[in-house]
Amino acid sequence: MKVNLRYFASLRETVGVGSETVDTNAATLGALRDELIARGGAHAEALGRDRVVRAALNQTMSDESAPLSEGAEVGFFPPVTGG
Amino acid sequence: MNNRVSIQTEDFDVAVETAALRLVDARVGAVCSFLGTVRDRNEGDEVSTMELEHYPGMTEKSIEAMIDEAMARFDIFAARVIHRVGLLQPMDQIVFVAVTSAHRGESFQACEFLMDYLKTQAPFWKKEETPNGARWVDARVSDDAALAKWGIKAANA
Repeated sequence: MKVNLRYFASLRETVGVGSETVDTNAATLGALRDELIARGGAHAEALGRDRVVRAALNQTMSDESAPLSEGAEVGFFPPVTGG
Repeated sequence: MNNRVSIQTEDFDVAVETAALRLVDARVGAVCSFLGTVRDRNEGDEVSTMELEHYPGMTEKSIEAMIDEAMARFDIFAARVIHRVGLLQPMDQIVFVAVTSAHRGESFQACEFLMDYLKTQAPFWKKEETPNGARWVDARVSDDAALAKWGIKAANA
């Protein structure tokens, strides 16, 4: 299925793009993250398991067990620092 | 109520915002507000400018949800949240939270609750310019602890 990815802040700078559409077999957010890490390069660096990465599914903060569906919007970003 | 959340680059007027919130409701007996401003130092370094990035759409949605939660938890009449994005200078206003209620206790609590929530759940990121170059601000563990006291588990920092 196709999902739309959004990257923010330092994670966006590391990946090198703010958004991309990917074709994935991943059932969950966590599996998608692992799939992206497996690409190597900048994706592995930005999303690696040694990094603290937060995720949003369809613009709602979600944990890695959240199930993916066709056309979902997934945001990956570092811990938030507003206020 | 409409217009509870504004994410904007332009500055805001605290007096105007406070009046708009309280003068629509004669039941109001208390207004509690918080104003956050940009400091000229962080982690021991001078900060010359600060750039605020956010996740458009999700930011508004997450803060609306926080206000809904505050309305459910506390006996308050209204709440307003303004957060600036883009390039800011030291001493600039950055965030404003205001709450109205009949008595002060509920407003004080709701205002603090909203700020604690916003700090760990709203998708904003700060990048500061220092003499050693630009750097992204790290999340603070103390902000997670602040939310935990409301019985909400945060896993931000």
